[in-house]
Amino acid sequence: MPPPSLSNSETIEREIREFLRENFPLSADGVVLSQDDSLIEVGVIDSTGVLELIGFIEERYEVEIRDEEVLPENLDSIASIIRFVGEKLGAASSNGAHGD
Amino acid sequence: MAPTETELTPDALRLDAAKAVEEIAERLRETTYRDLRRRGAVVGLSGGVDSGLVAFLCARAFGPERTLGVLMPEGESAPDTLDLSRVSAEAAGVETVVEDITPILEAVGCYERRDAAIRTVMPEYGEGWKAKIVLPSLLGGQRYSLFSVVAESPEGERREARLTAAAYREVVAATNFKQRVRKMLEYHHADRLDYAVVGTPNRLEYDQGFFVKNGDGSADVKPIAHLYKTQVYQLAEEVGVPAEIRERPPTTDTYALEQSQEEFYFSVPFDKLDLCLYARNQGLAAEAAAGATGLETEVVERVYEDIERKRRAAEYLHAPPLVLASLERAG
Repeated sequence: MPPPSLSNSETIEREIREFLRENFPLSADGVVLSQDDSLIEVGVIDSTGVLELIGFIEERYEVEIRDEEVLPENLDSIASIIRFVGEKLGAASSNGAHGD
Repeated sequence: MAPTETELTPDALRLDAAKAVEEIAERLRETTYRDLRRRGAVVGLSGGVDSGLVAFLCARAFGPERTLGVLMPEGESAPDTLDLSRVSAEAAGVETVVEDITPILEAVGCYERRDAAIRTVMPEYGEGWKAKIVLPSLLGGQRYSLFSVVAESPEGERREARLTAAAYREVVAATNFKQRVRKMLEYHHADRLDYAVVGTPNRLEYDQGFFVKNGDGSADVKPIAHLYKTQVYQLAEEVGVPAEIRERPPTTDTYALEQSQEEFYFSVPFDKLDLCLYARNQGLAAEAAAGATGLETEVVERVYEDIERKRRAAEYLHAPPLVLASLERAG
């Protein structure tokens, strides 16, 4: 597994899809998500699932998600998660948060 | 006849209360005697309007002498819960038994498990603190409703922290002991008296899954599950549930810090949610419910989405134990 600061879009997408598949039954049950599908509307995750997703992103990518960032535009589709995590990682590495 | 979009008003939920009470009491009696073959009713009384109404309906259906109200306070119940439950029972004329469930909850670790989970997101939470779980209102702009814990220190200082998924589930799993212990005791009394356990969910709670599986969601019959909350109030007034109970705001009475049902689960005041749910059930567009509730159309759209999400989550709660092969038998 690469260090989080080196994660690119492809890696993030693969890891997010794997996280969804392993943790949410509907996602594991053959539902194929496009990058733009709303995770809530498709029924893959609910509000507790959003908490789980936040926990995964914070732990895996070593970033902190503030309450005001917990918005559908950042977390409701694979595409938005890739963009959001990419931005968080960009901000973290330009702040020297990972010290590398 | 269902209203059209321009006609929907709060009056759409008004019932002929006297007639509705008679019909429910009659059906409750028939169902209990004929289908359940039980001779009376056990009702858990919480001091709220739903259980207050159900006690009256049972007294009407079976006679007050064949209705038992079970009062089950615990260490964190609101101070007025026990008194209001008694007021409710006395007004309905039913017998009561008091079961303090605190020692049972302590024995199963209800408080200890919950407090440990809260400390994972709020390490300072400890002895003498009070807490509750809250959801942000859907009336605000944010679409995600995420659970937070709000805690108050013994000195009165309030803190709020977003829960992790694990902490949220731990807190809910621990506090669910309260509803499950209460139901266990209701069935104990039902078994010894050959009575049915009569549940108290209203339509909002039943439809939206606001109950604990094998806790307050469990009962032999649910006589007001088809009534919107505003209709519960209407019938409660009709049968004579005392005003102090009808005027008490709906509460979960599950957490030490006072918590409305709105902030824990529904995110919208119940009278507005009632109309939104009714409009949704009638297939009316969000504009109709917006007109009747005074909410913005886009807020009603969020409420509609939330109604469907909660219905999906409630499928598990409503599901009976599933068997995996046919159980056909002769005769």
